[in-house]
Amino acid sequence: MNGLQVVFLLAALVSLFSAAMVVSARRMMHAALWLVLTLMGVAVIFVTLQSSFFAVVQVLVYVGAIAILIIFSVMLTRRVMEDHGDQILPGWRAAGLVAGLLFAIIVGFLALWQGFTTMLVELPADADNLLDLGQALVSPQGYALPFELASVLLVAALIGAITIAVDRKEDQHG
Amino acid sequence: MLGNWLYIGIFALVALMMPALTIFIAGILSPKRPDPIKNSTYECGVETVGPNWTQIKIQYYVFALVFLIFDVEAVLLFPWAVAYQLLPLYAIIEGVLFLLILVVGFLYAWRKGALEWF
Repeated sequence: MNGLQVVFLLAALVSLFSAAMVVSARRMMHAALWLVLTLMGVAVIFVTLQSSFFAVVQVLVYVGAIAILIIFSVMLTRRVMEDHGDQILPGWRAAGLVAGLLFAIIVGFLALWQGFTTMLVELPADADNLLDLGQALVSPQGYALPFELASVLLVAALIGAITIAVDRKEDQHG
Repeated sequence: MLGNWLYIGIFALVALMMPALTIFIAGILSPKRPDPIKNSTYECGVETVGPNWTQIKIQYYVFALVFLIFDVEAVLLFPWAVAYQLLPLYAIIEGVLFLLILVVGFLYAWRKGALEWF
């Protein structure tokens, strides 16, 4: 077992443990903070896969923005979402069984795909996958159309978010 | 590539150890004589009023949402900017078009007053 495998095992254990804590923590705020640790563990797994860009994206977008958004929404809904009573779903056994079955089915179908058993190879030292990504993102043979559509999607998300969150001021006037 | 990440990992570990060690050392060295006044919540030396879990303003949420969208935009533009020197002219224009579409969203947010603190 080499150093990389140790790092992978540690990161996987930390993310799995904190993911379990996210769904079992008694307080919503604690669950949100455990989620940050889970996302950091996933970032480390991206690093062990030599995908530096996705590791940075994971930290920048998921830890930096989405986790903050979730923490803000917990703080915003705190008064109406007081943690009273049992936090455990009564039918959690059935839900766990269905989730386990779904997971097994998905993994089973993925195992049929021939890429599933591909061995990972280390990137050559001079390879720059960020440069390749940048060129593929804007080339017409690559992902030029999804790239522009992503911009439209972001504008739609922005307008939708503002309509939901800000426009209540006009509701009050009439 | 992984060597660079090893350095970042070492830095992250040292950064985690710093506060943990200082709290641990302070916990060992400090005398422990608690009383109700010492254990009360400290808030700038003023007594706390009301519950400490109050509802925050909705503006925080809107700001976080707008930040998230421009964060994703920056992430998508980053590879384009790295490959800038190698790209033909039409690819540069594609990136500018990407930005222009988002400027429309930004102007909308500005006009709607989503960026104001009221």
